[in-house]
Amino acid sequence: MSLRYPCRSTEHGIARRQFLGNLAAGAGAMVGGLGVFNTPALASMLKSDQKRIVVFNMHGGLSQLESWDPKPGTETGGPFLSIPTSVPGIHVSELLPMTAQQMHHLCLIRGVNTSEDDHGKGAYLMMTGRRQTPAADYPQIGAVAAKALSVADSGLPGHILITPGGGGGRGNDSAWLGPKYSSVQLGNGNPPPNIVRPDAITEQSDAARQEFRRKVSERFLNRRRTAVTEAFTYSFEQAEKLMVQKDVFDVSKEPGSEHERYGTHDLGRHCLLARRLLENGISFVQLSHSNYDTHNENFDFHIEQLGEFDRAFSTFVADLADRGMLESTLIVVLSEFGRTPNVNLYYGRDHWSKAWSVCTAGCRMPRGAVFGATNANGTEVVEHQVDHGNLFHTYLQAVGVDSTGNFSIDGRDMPIADPSSKPIEGLLV
Amino acid sequence: MNSIELMPDPKQAHVVSQWPADRPLISCRFDPQGKYVFCGAEDAGISRFSLADGTRTAFVGGHSTWVKSLAFTKDGGHLISGGYDGKLIWWETAAATPVPIRSIAAHGTSWIRSLELSPDGSLLASAGNDSRVRLWNPADGSLLQEFSGHEKHVWSVTFDPSGRFIATGDLGGIVKEWEIATGKEIRSCDGKELWSYNGGQQVDFGGVRALSVSRDGKLLAAGGLYKASNPLGAVHEPLVLLFNWESGAIEKKLIAEGITQGVVWRLRWLADGSLMAVDGGGNGGYLFFWKPDTEKDYHRFQLPNIARDMDVHPDGIQVATVHHDRHVRITRLAAKSS
Repeated sequence: MSLRYPCRSTEHGIARRQFLGNLAAGAGAMVGGLGVFNTPALASMLKSDQKRIVVFNMHGGLSQLESWDPKPGTETGGPFLSIPTSVPGIHVSELLPMTAQQMHHLCLIRGVNTSEDDHGKGAYLMMTGRRQTPAADYPQIGAVAAKALSVADSGLPGHILITPGGGGGRGNDSAWLGPKYSSVQLGNGNPPPNIVRPDAITEQSDAARQEFRRKVSERFLNRRRTAVTEAFTYSFEQAEKLMVQKDVFDVSKEPGSEHERYGTHDLGRHCLLARRLLENGISFVQLSHSNYDTHNENFDFHIEQLGEFDRAFSTFVADLADRGMLESTLIVVLSEFGRTPNVNLYYGRDHWSKAWSVCTAGCRMPRGAVFGATNANGTEVVEHQVDHGNLFHTYLQAVGVDSTGNFSIDGRDMPIADPSSKPIEGLLV
Repeated sequence: MNSIELMPDPKQAHVVSQWPADRPLISCRFDPQGKYVFCGAEDAGISRFSLADGTRTAFVGGHSTWVKSLAFTKDGGHLISGGYDGKLIWWETAAATPVPIRSIAAHGTSWIRSLELSPDGSLLASAGNDSRVRLWNPADGSLLQEFSGHEKHVWSVTFDPSGRFIATGDLGGIVKEWEIATGKEIRSCDGKELWSYNGGQQVDFGGVRALSVSRDGKLLAAGGLYKASNPLGAVHEPLVLLFNWESGAIEKKLIAEGITQGVVWRLRWLADGSLMAVDGGGNGGYLFFWKPDTEKDYHRFQLPNIARDMDVHPDGIQVATVHHDRHVRITRLAAKSS
């Protein structure tokens, strides 16, 4: 899939594979109950040692000046003021009044310098922790989390992307971890396609079909076992399990009052779905909010976009905190880069990767903290500069994964994170 | 003393003066006496430039952020500024050392986008991002009326020449007419061609950025942009919808052929019956001139830099424009020798 950006660049990062496209035709019908944790008390029953990650991808490049690192009253500050938060001394943009009240859960990393102003390359390095090269491809954070954090035989995919629009399918974002850890994409928050057995296929005939498929597959795998053929078989087996637990993906099961709390827009619904997925033990969920590539009229567009984000995100953080899930869930709000301190001809801001911010919360991240700093105009990092490699290591360390270790892939040790980088020193608690 | 209005000759337009400011400029208005031009900028200050010699005086200490809206009391004695901090602030227009006289939290903390004084000077209308329109007594700052009904940010407000009605336009391209005495909405007109929702970028864009009723009260011009193929990338074209103000129907769509990147920021009717617009965008800054019976502009004047606001001097031939390059410029709509 290629994504078009207002600046006319193209991201070629995701070529979707439709492993689940024919899910209903390939999977058998089963019956069973659900373990949906709908209350705080039940949610807290999740294994305390099972860690999860949720990423908010602010697609196009959120302006740090209109969000986490405001510079009101300066040449670069734009028209918005800053407001105090629930943590004395920490201010955020006035566009985030509800999020400001959750600041005691958050950790703002204000010294990010990724030195990459291209959308596709910026997204790649933020998602993989490594710079893109023609020589190698690396698994995205969701795939790594799925492999490192997922509970065996949970029956649910460990790597979910909730995309703003379009159909579902399977991502190609796991590189050498193999397709088993590729994302399952929920287009516009809808359940995976074909998750319900068609009425025309009886339970009995479907079970017979599945049994036949298993026998053929086993025979085939005995002679030609590869990662791809295993993934093929796995996708069918996962599809069967997904069909049993299909209600996990059905956000309409949440009460109307919950939808109201999160906001009656796509992002609100996606955040509520993310909460539901995490409560059911899915290791990694990524949401996207679009679009922040505001070369034109940056301020008006940030009013609109952050108005949605503020309600949905703050409610999500508060809910995870209330349910005791912040101890075990890492929240990351990132973009491919930030936006220029300079305001351009069109009241816009352009791409800026030299000094921007990432917001985090949960697990080993400090609460109510700011780490790093930019100068008065926000043009440079002046304290605790970090890059994508440091961040990637740190996310994993925060959820208890030794990011300096290796995955064993077909007998080869593959570094979990960039071995030339390291976690941010002095940040985690 | 007020100037006598002269007949403009747009085809003779030429820049006669330009004065620098500290920051890119975003708004401008002449005072009713015609002695000064006031400008808002990408900071919290207002600059007063003397038309006689360009002397600049700073009006600071009032707003906490950008000032997009400026108006005056009828006698010109006081400037009233509307800021993105939601405040209305009164100043003495000609003060040697200006200080805020009165400050009102007129729209909470929402942006004030437009201010307009009624024809008889007894009412000041304000409109903003709280989707509200309010009428104030310009003499004492008391709230007189509130109009509620827009569902999106209100970008523009103007008075009917009779002074009995106001027209307002919002981000969604909706133009509403309100009765001042009762506060009731009289009608809602569809200017949605000035708005678009881009599904790919997931943004609302456009809006009724400028409104102006013709001198005879028969036409309402609503300006902004259309053909927004790339809102976040500033690819859109300027457009003016001309409503028959009696029927509420769109009578004409005024375009600027060849301008593929621009937006109308303000509209003014001139003494010769022309409608003048200021435009800014990737194609630069322009003044466009239309006759209301023809969709294409009969004349356009290219300004030295992208323009963001415009006002017409009481003499009818001096035009102030403000620009991203931190300059205010005075253009005369008359032959150089006149």
